Amino acid sequence: MGQLLRIIESDVTEIRNQSLDAICGSMNPEELLAECAELEKFRRRCPNLYRRVRTLFFLYAVYRFQIIRHLEQTERESGRISYSAWEHMLGRRYQEAIDELLAAQDKAGPSVTLSSALAEAYHRLAFETLAAQVRKSVRSFRGNQWMFRMGHPADFPLRIRDELLQRSADGSFRVLREQTPVRMDFTHSGWSDIFFLGMDYPEGARVINASIDLAVRGKHQTPAPPLECTIRVIDEPILRLVSIDLDASAEISRVEEVFDFARDYLGLLKAAVIAAGIIPPGLEGSDVSIEGILSRLCGPGLGLEIVSRVNEIPKGSRLAVSTNLLGSLISLCMRVTGQVATLAGPLTESDRRIVAARAILGEWLGGSGGGWQDSGGIWPGIKLIQGSVAEEGDPEWGISRGRLMPSHHVFTENEISAEARKRLQESLILVHGGMAQNVGPVLEMVTEKYLLRSQPEWDARQDAVKLLDQMQQSLEDGDIPAVGRATHRNFHEPLQQIIPWCSNAWTERLTELCREKYQDSFHGFWMLGGMAGGGMGFIFDPEVRDSARDWLQTTMIEVKREIEDAVPFAMDPVVYDFEINENGTTAELSDGGQMLSGYYAMMLPEWIRRGPEALSPQTRNQIRIVSEQCSASPDGAMAKSLLQRMLPTSESTAAQTTQLDVLLQQNGFDPIAHEQLREDLKSGRLGMAQNRLADSVQVHDVNEGDVSQLRHGVPAAVVERGRAAIAAGEVAVVTLAAGAGSRWTQGAGVVKALNPFCRMGGRWRSFLDIHVAKCRKTAEEFGMRPQHVVTSGYLTDGPIRKAVSKLSPDEQVLISRGASVGLRMIPTVQDLMFTWEETAQQTLDVQQEKMRQSVRAALMKWARVTGEASDYTENLPLQCMHPVGHWYEVPNMLLNGTLLRMLNDRPQLRYLLLHNIDTLGASLDPACLGLHLASGADLSFEVICRRLDDRGGGLARTDGRLRLVEGLAMPREEDEFGLTWYNSMTTWIDITRLLEFFGLTVNDLSNQKVTEEAVRKAARRLPTYITLKDVKKRWGRGQEDVFPVSQFEKLWGDMTAQSGLRSGFLGVPMGRGRQLKDPAQLDGWLRDGSSAFVESLCRW
Amino acid sequence: MSKIRKAVITAAGEHHSQLPLQTVVGGDGLVRTALQMTLEQIRDSGIDEVALVICPGMRDSFVAAAGSAFTDLTIIEQHEPRGYGDAILRAEEFLARESFLHLVSDHLYLTASNRPCARQLIDVAEQHNCCASAVQSTRENEIGNFGTISGMPVARETNLYELTGIIEKPTPTIAEQQLVVAGQRAGHYLCFFGMHVLTPSVLDQLRRSRDESDDSGFNLTDALNALCQSERCLASILDGTRCNIGQKYGLLLAQLAISLGGQDRDYVLGEMIALLAAKTA
Repeated sequence: MGQLLRIIESDVTEIRNQSLDAICGSMNPEELLAECAELEKFRRRCPNLYRRVRTLFFLYAVYRFQIIRHLEQTERESGRISYSAWEHMLGRRYQEAIDELLAAQDKAGPSVTLSSALAEAYHRLAFETLAAQVRKSVRSFRGNQWMFRMGHPADFPLRIRDELLQRSADGSFRVLREQTPVRMDFTHSGWSDIFFLGMDYPEGARVINASIDLAVRGKHQTPAPPLECTIRVIDEPILRLVSIDLDASAEISRVEEVFDFARDYLGLLKAAVIAAGIIPPGLEGSDVSIEGILSRLCGPGLGLEIVSRVNEIPKGSRLAVSTNLLGSLISLCMRVTGQVATLAGPLTESDRRIVAARAILGEWLGGSGGGWQDSGGIWPGIKLIQGSVAEEGDPEWGISRGRLMPSHHVFTENEISAEARKRLQESLILVHGGMAQNVGPVLEMVTEKYLLRSQPEWDARQDAVKLLDQMQQSLEDGDIPAVGRATHRNFHEPLQQIIPWCSNAWTERLTELCREKYQDSFHGFWMLGGMAGGGMGFIFDPEVRDSARDWLQTTMIEVKREIEDAVPFAMDPVVYDFEINENGTTAELSDGGQMLSGYYAMMLPEWIRRGPEALSPQTRNQIRIVSEQCSASPDGAMAKSLLQRMLPTSESTAAQTTQLDVLLQQNGFDPIAHEQLREDLKSGRLGMAQNRLADSVQVHDVNEGDVSQLRHGVPAAVVERGRAAIAAGEVAVVTLAAGAGSRWTQGAGVVKALNPFCRMGGRWRSFLDIHVAKCRKTAEEFGMRPQHVVTSGYLTDGPIRKAVSKLSPDEQVLISRGASVGLRMIPTVQDLMFTWEETAQQTLDVQQEKMRQSVRAALMKWARVTGEASDYTENLPLQCMHPVGHWYEVPNMLLNGTLLRMLNDRPQLRYLLLHNIDTLGASLDPACLGLHLASGADLSFEVICRRLDDRGGGLARTDGRLRLVEGLAMPREEDEFGLTWYNSMTTWIDITRLLEFFGLTVNDLSNQKVTEEAVRKAARRLPTYITLKDVKKRWGRGQEDVFPVSQFEKLWGDMTAQSGLRSGFLGVPMGRGRQLKDPAQLDGWLRDGSSAFVESLCRW
Repeated sequence: MSKIRKAVITAAGEHHSQLPLQTVVGGDGLVRTALQMTLEQIRDSGIDEVALVICPGMRDSFVAAAGSAFTDLTIIEQHEPRGYGDAILRAEEFLARESFLHLVSDHLYLTASNRPCARQLIDVAEQHNCCASAVQSTRENEIGNFGTISGMPVARETNLYELTGIIEKPTPTIAEQQLVVAGQRAGHYLCFFGMHVLTPSVLDQLRRSRDESDDSGFNLTDALNALCQSERCLASILDGTRCNIGQKYGLLLAQLAISLGGQDRDYVLGEMIALLAAKTA
């Protein structure tokens, strides 16, 4: 038996918890491949889910980090991934993809390319297997099963409780109102609340959390349960869902509408209705009227109204708002249908468990994901939540070691005294830092690391588990400073050891400031939930707590203003007041007129618009009640909010439009070209489908000798030539940073170049920091500081200038400002359909796929209603504009005088090294420059061996010509899979030859008109691509919508297709050409040595 | 347990007082009241004496509807609507601490063997010398109408269970958590059939329930729940079915079930097909 299989199969804890990296470190590639072959056979026959999953993660890690490491040193770097294997992966047929890739490996031998694809396929299959098991466990939880069996309204078994059918004195039905706290976790023992972890390692799955009431400082007087919802019978046979905080309501008459989660903002309410069994999940697909079900539930002609309200807690609070709201709504629905014993008051323990199980189901239905501690707000007070070992008779028995549902122990006052609780409240400052982050990648990384048992991370996990015991002891001792020290150490040691990315520059800056200002009176930082940046806690001595709270509120705003261009904030930070809630979720039955605050202001205008004849008697009666209340107090809040609601102002929209016009004018917007573009889009001359080269164009891979490979060795004389050119100051660096890097922050509109994303040299560093540090090191090594240009655009210019101004003047960083922008447009339905239906798309998990289809239908409707190819102006002005592609960034240097200035400063300048902001390994390498000089090429493009995730074009022979072809120009998608080399975008440029291409000389650069005309003429030779970009629109309290918008681009790679320019191609190692496009890549980047390689190029 | 010779039928429920008076055509083609059918089954099961618990003022109607199965029917009026448990307790004097057969009046019982359903249940109770309740496997969408039991199969017996608990009209959510019985199909639970053989200790328990309850009444389920914790209680799936005539279309469905198993089967089937054809056209 192989060593790796022995680890997986062993029941001995010491063997089972061995680190994969330690064992593989001494193996050669052949041994590693033999281990993989054995693991592959084992996973196919293994019935135990978690062993199977661990095997899959082992296979992933061995291919991704071990085999690739060896192969990169050899000639076995490039290989081919068949298009059908890729299609299998997109269609989530991972097993078939693995079969094909292994067959290709058997035939052609292992390669980096194939290993990257195998690693990805195993990785995805592992998560798919885990997710399927959690889904199965959720469905098979007792109390949930019947809802999946129910397939016809005639089988509907629930009846509303009689109390809800009784009418109040005013004739309306009575209202049940639920109030629910949120949960604040002291520690989750290294994210042990992830279902996968809890079910595999129940002994280590432990959390302490507290249910809390909140008040936003400055807005609310006293803390109250922040989640409220109501349910009542209505005299119309419809399901009315209302979210007051999201300002959304819907009257649902068909069952299918309930399952259409993304149709409006009511997805969470719908998920609750389904998970509570009011519209059981088994009914999905039966497109029937909801009236039949409501008639059985409430009686003929009657319906239900469910209203929710989140009291001013912004998204990303890390207080599990959505899970607890889901729990609150589900509790309400289950109370009124007799599925839990209690109608009013707190729930019993067995009731809480079934409500929590349904909340897990609701999260799965809604496509979101929470940990098992998240519904902690349903329970009262402070509690220890622990994984439970599965026993015979449990649905999990024989499948996983732990149960899906954990056990809850609520600490009594004997265990944690009232005094300790009070002191905690007097010591802790709870804030929302304002960042809205996606915690999903962090949770995936945690799962992966847990299953691989890397030694440092495994030790950190054990440390985190011990810290929980310390915290519990400190709470029991009433020693709150010790709690603060423990949460602080938890964040800075085990958590960051497991996932460094759970911290960020923003959080650490705040912590430093707290320490500086309050010294020993600051007891510690407290990370809430999955990562820092949003909801966070700071523990102070009660003596200084009040002053620290005021200071922190001001300081957070100040620091945010300093860094908001670089860090994606969704809102201004806020400070909360809080209290521990000792009841958990509770309900109260009241008379019909008593609705949640804001309900009437929201609903009344619509009722009035409809007119009395269209309203039911109950609704007419409510209008009368509101009317009486307003008459009794005409200056009251109700009358004011109604008036405000019914007479909205449009000042802000008008101001926004004016600001956009000004910005367009300032940034070189060409309205004539814009109108031409619109016409071309509408007529179909331009569009996503038209981006492609003609179908008749034949795309082939390169021939032997087309690419000069660095690995083959570079003669010393060639390297020396490069070295001499650098030392002579003949070469400058151009860093492209005009775009915002929308994938990095998912369209948040901050400057990627300035985003402090990793720690190097003991501090958080941005992309720009790293590029500057590389030039610094070059200066040191070659005795000549290279000129360094950073290109900027309308969105990035100001912040980049600000950042550059803080550098030492010695750094000599020049900024080349973009000279043109475009105005984004509403996409055409044709382009949306092309993107979503004609191009291969990753199929998502079943529930997420349903969500996606629903979102897409809504977006198509949005495009039609708003007007295809009309201007996109429904966002902040800067989000409505777009950069026009990186091709323009080089001519911009001609247009704005940057190149002329560089040549004037350094007349010997002859070459440019152009690279993307995210190509961190690109540096002034003498060997690369030497090869460029030796080749005599005008432009030398650096290419890297394609790996699975290198999509978007490549180096190809098209009808015999060697050129870079963009992914969106590929005549057939499968053509890309026949290409060995991928474009890193890094280009060595001969300045004289570049100017010749534009038809210019150095002297012409001082003539603006001639330069402009030359650039315009050259631009016409380049193709224009239409692309769809996702743009975030922020609203409410940290809410975000993402819209796909159309924009056009001209791309630098198309220079290789220009006649009159001789392009060469240099094959460089992955470390040099790798681009960081997505934060999810960071962990792999750190682990595979790329980060260390980049750091070796820098001087801090 | 001595021979079961007495039976109590409860018909005092607010919504059930008229149901036993409805007429149906029996399997032999003769028209009878529902009460008459029940009484005939009791007689055929070997019971000698029957008490009928009814609402005040209904005596004449019930006597008229009872037919000739029993000449000395004991009629007991429940003067206050204090629930199902109280209705049984009204017959305490009649029972004189004997074990007895109890049936509800809104059900019709159709046997699928040559022994009436009541006889089958009496045989179980007499054989095991304890309380026995008839149960029927019921789909989860119907359990909200019945008392539903949890239990353990009795070793070496078919369709016989040790009763461990009862929940009155549960939701499927609660049933799945507390009432799953081994051997039942998914989504099926054992629900009361409306027929029990009860020992005098049930009456003791009912009396305790009466003493503890408020004016809203008390029911048999609580008493049985308490009883099965202290003495052996069995639940038996009988070879037959119950028709709840108190449900929507209950009487119609009961009539169809009787007719399709009786001498008029072809006639009823033909008429149904004709109706169906006319409706389709």
